[in-house]
Amino acid sequence: MTGHYGSPEHVEYLLRLGDSALVLGQRLAEWCGHGPILEEDIAMSNIGLDLIGQARLLLTHAGRLEGKGRDEDHLAFRRDVPEFRNATLAELPNGGVASARATAGDYAVTIVRNLLFSAYQCELWRALSSSTDGELSGIAGKSVKEARYHLRHAADWTIRLGDGTDASHARAQRALDALWPYTHELFEADPIEEAVAQHGIGVDCASLRNGWLDAVKAVFEEATLQLPADTAFRSAGKLGRHSEHLGYLLAEMHSTHRQYPGATW
Amino acid sequence: MAQNEWPLWEVFIRSKQGLEHKHCGSLHATDAKQAVQMARDVYTRRQEGVSIWVVPSAAITASDPDDKAEMFDPMADKIYRHPTFYELPDELKHM
Repeated sequence: MTGHYGSPEHVEYLLRLGDSALVLGQRLAEWCGHGPILEEDIAMSNIGLDLIGQARLLLTHAGRLEGKGRDEDHLAFRRDVPEFRNATLAELPNGGVASARATAGDYAVTIVRNLLFSAYQCELWRALSSSTDGELSGIAGKSVKEARYHLRHAADWTIRLGDGTDASHARAQRALDALWPYTHELFEADPIEEAVAQHGIGVDCASLRNGWLDAVKAVFEEATLQLPADTAFRSAGKLGRHSEHLGYLLAEMHSTHRQYPGATW
Repeated sequence: MAQNEWPLWEVFIRSKQGLEHKHCGSLHATDAKQAVQMARDVYTRRQEGVSIWVVPSAAITASDPDDKAEMFDPMADKIYRHPTFYELPDELKHM
């Protein structure tokens, strides 16, 4: 029997949830000091910090269950690309899927990604607030309030950009077209997710898709954006198969820890 | 004001204990809804408040600083306007 409390599947599942929050939190932190206006700069940093806060709780919990003495810092700073379990959507650059890392961020990409991800997190945390893992249900109960605000922020901006000028509409649509294929990974379960769902620890992620789709469709409609057609493309970040972008992100995130191992402040 | 600059809004926050909204600063936003959202992110991120008001800065009429002498200085020597000459009974609390 697999997927019970404290099983390797349980730990793996927590790493997926925690890593997605951590990696997107790190991406959003890249806007700090570079936001389009001061007020948005602070808003985006707040959202990034919310996600990093979620990651801390999830990784700490995963490390304790695993029982190998890995704490949140060990998990965040001492694993490399193949060991990360975040959804690929979270690691894509702020400038767009095809861009080099050095390219400046495109706010439409960040906003549309936040919309897709926060709407997913709203469904996820709502469902996980009744997880049989008491620690996880507590984290979910706290995080769902944050996700609802992230969704409100992203929805507001998606509508402003989509239903704005010709230029902002074109950029928002381009961002949506590029990011959409990466959303399927969030809703297609693999054996690990099925195992923890059977024990009531995790949630059947396919069951989240209808609620998510209703939420994002309503926003895209108001934003006059077209829902892209589904393709056969599937990303697999949660299995440890990442895009080329994650390595650069981790190199930056790990740099302090590499220079000063074990540093605390 | 430059044409590409967003309008300025004054932000008022009511703290958990407070009864009134207090002015805490200003920010730029395209409209009232966005101003409330930005005020949340800029001015309540350290649990400062439970309620937000925003007012277009242009809607505020202010007194003229040059009138300060005639507006406010005459009050300086009217100490009898302060209710400090009463002896309060000990039983009276919270005054």
